[in-house]
Amino acid sequence: MISPIRKRPPFSLKSQPGFGTIAGLCFVMLYAPIITLVVYSFNAGKYISMWEGFSLQWYVAAWGNEAVQDATIRSLYLAAQASVYSTILATMAALGTTRTPPFRGLTAIYAMINQPLMVPEIVTAVALLILFAMIKSLTGIQGMVYLVIAHTAFCIPFAYLPIRARLEGMDLILETAAADLYATPWKTFWRITLPLLWPGIIAGAMLAFVISLDDVVITEFVKSSGQETLPTYMLGQLRRVITPEINAISTLLLGLSMLVVCVLFFIERKFGK
Amino acid sequence: MKNDKLASGPVGDMQRKRTRRNWLLSAPALVVLAAAASGPLLIVLVYSVLSAGEYGGVVWKFSTDAWFNVVFFRDIFDGTTTLADAHMKILWRSVRLSFMTTLITLTIGFPTAYVIATRPRETRSFWLFLITVPFWTNLLIRTFAILEVIRNEGLINIGLQMLGVIDKPIQMLYTDFAIMVGMTYVYLPLMVLPLYASMERLDFNLVEAAYDLYATRRKVLRRVIIPLVKPGIIAGSILVFIPSLGAFVTPRVLGGGKKMMLGNLIELQFGAGRNWPLGAALSVTLLALVMAALLIYVRSTQSHSGSVR
Repeated sequence: MISPIRKRPPFSLKSQPGFGTIAGLCFVMLYAPIITLVVYSFNAGKYISMWEGFSLQWYVAAWGNEAVQDATIRSLYLAAQASVYSTILATMAALGTTRTPPFRGLTAIYAMINQPLMVPEIVTAVALLILFAMIKSLTGIQGMVYLVIAHTAFCIPFAYLPIRARLEGMDLILETAAADLYATPWKTFWRITLPLLWPGIIAGAMLAFVISLDDVVITEFVKSSGQETLPTYMLGQLRRVITPEINAISTLLLGLSMLVVCVLFFIERKFGK
Repeated sequence: MKNDKLASGPVGDMQRKRTRRNWLLSAPALVVLAAAASGPLLIVLVYSVLSAGEYGGVVWKFSTDAWFNVVFFRDIFDGTTTLADAHMKILWRSVRLSFMTTLITLTIGFPTAYVIATRPRETRSFWLFLITVPFWTNLLIRTFAILEVIRNEGLINIGLQMLGVIDKPIQMLYTDFAIMVGMTYVYLPLMVLPLYASMERLDFNLVEAAYDLYATRRKVLRRVIIPLVKPGIIAGSILVFIPSLGAFVTPRVLGGGKKMMLGNLIELQFGAGRNWPLGAALSVTLLALVMAALLIYVRSTQSHSGSVR
């Protein structure tokens, strides 16, 4: 007397009506605009709305555009500096704030480090505009130094996150063992802590690099004339007639960001818990 | 490890040495942050009570004009004072659009996070990865992508025209709607991630218990799942609401200077408006709104964890 084959699918504990559809739409919504943008960067036509065949002419145009070249070099130079400085500072701060019994002021340090994440960018941008205008008129110092300082500051919390996470996952046994074997604290750091910490440091530096490379608001306010970065150049272009050249630049930047994210994902997979 | 009460003796000495080492290690980062992140905020506060210079900048003279001008408008010709309609309108738009954006991202993000959290463990990280990729790509580029979709010659209008649904393009760009769509698009990952984090820990035994007690799917959702993931809902809402309130790039590109939000009004004062104190006062207003939202968030998490214990 075996019961007949069940016709209805087994009752699923986890499903909710309509949720699958909305989730599907969500992914389409997230990717459709980006894919459209990438596709039209290969458009042969002059307008971004009509498809007139495949061409790389807009990449060639962007490559040959001196303003774009200039902005690209400046963006990369700025992002490289900001990511190196912020990663060094964040690594030190992470070493000082993890794997330690709580001490007075620890919460204050956390609050300081995370502060750029809480304050709206536009407010920080305006504040830096005022501060740097004062310093410029007092000292007459010009140049990239202002952008580098500003970028370093807001990159610190991003560099700090993965480094701290990595440190928290490392226990002190190896370092204690090294100390027991008469290694100096300095030697212990170079030979034990730093090699173990590398994945976190690399992840932090890459994150800081991408964050710096993508910044629009703070750069727009802090930059002097003639200090366009790629994002501020694009923001300026969006006011005018848009050609697929912008799509081409966007696609390249997107590619770079995605590459970094994929590498980060890989690092986390390989070295994470 | 917990010997911070021993103030003297070799252990307390070591403790103090460690604390000093920790501070020394953190100091360089803190100095940079104080110089280029926290400190300048104080200058903004000071600037908001100074007089405006004629060509931008300030005159070092105390004045409450800027704060007065945030709320009121004094006619230069007849000296009558009225509420500053333009400012109120922009403030209201900022709050309203941020609220709507939060609501829409929650409506889309909740089911998405739920579906991801209920996938088999091996595929979850892949779906989550798909959510994070747009988050790490340039905000300006994502806004630009939306611009291309909704503009008059964009994908939606061309598509609808080809299908014969409409014969004239619908003006979507440079409207409140455009800003809302843009913000929803760029901040959606910020909603999904914290929601997922709390749903991942959801105990489905409780869901099963509810079904055993004859709850319907809707009831399980409303009475079991939503209360359990409430911390994630609140965290996601705050993470979307705060950057929306301070949004600058998205309203500038999609509102086209016609529909401004608070961030754009601030920029205007430092640019063409040449009223730095007013810009500073508006910045402090924005900061206060954000801090209020954060405070509500902290309060709610405290009361939440308090009720559990």
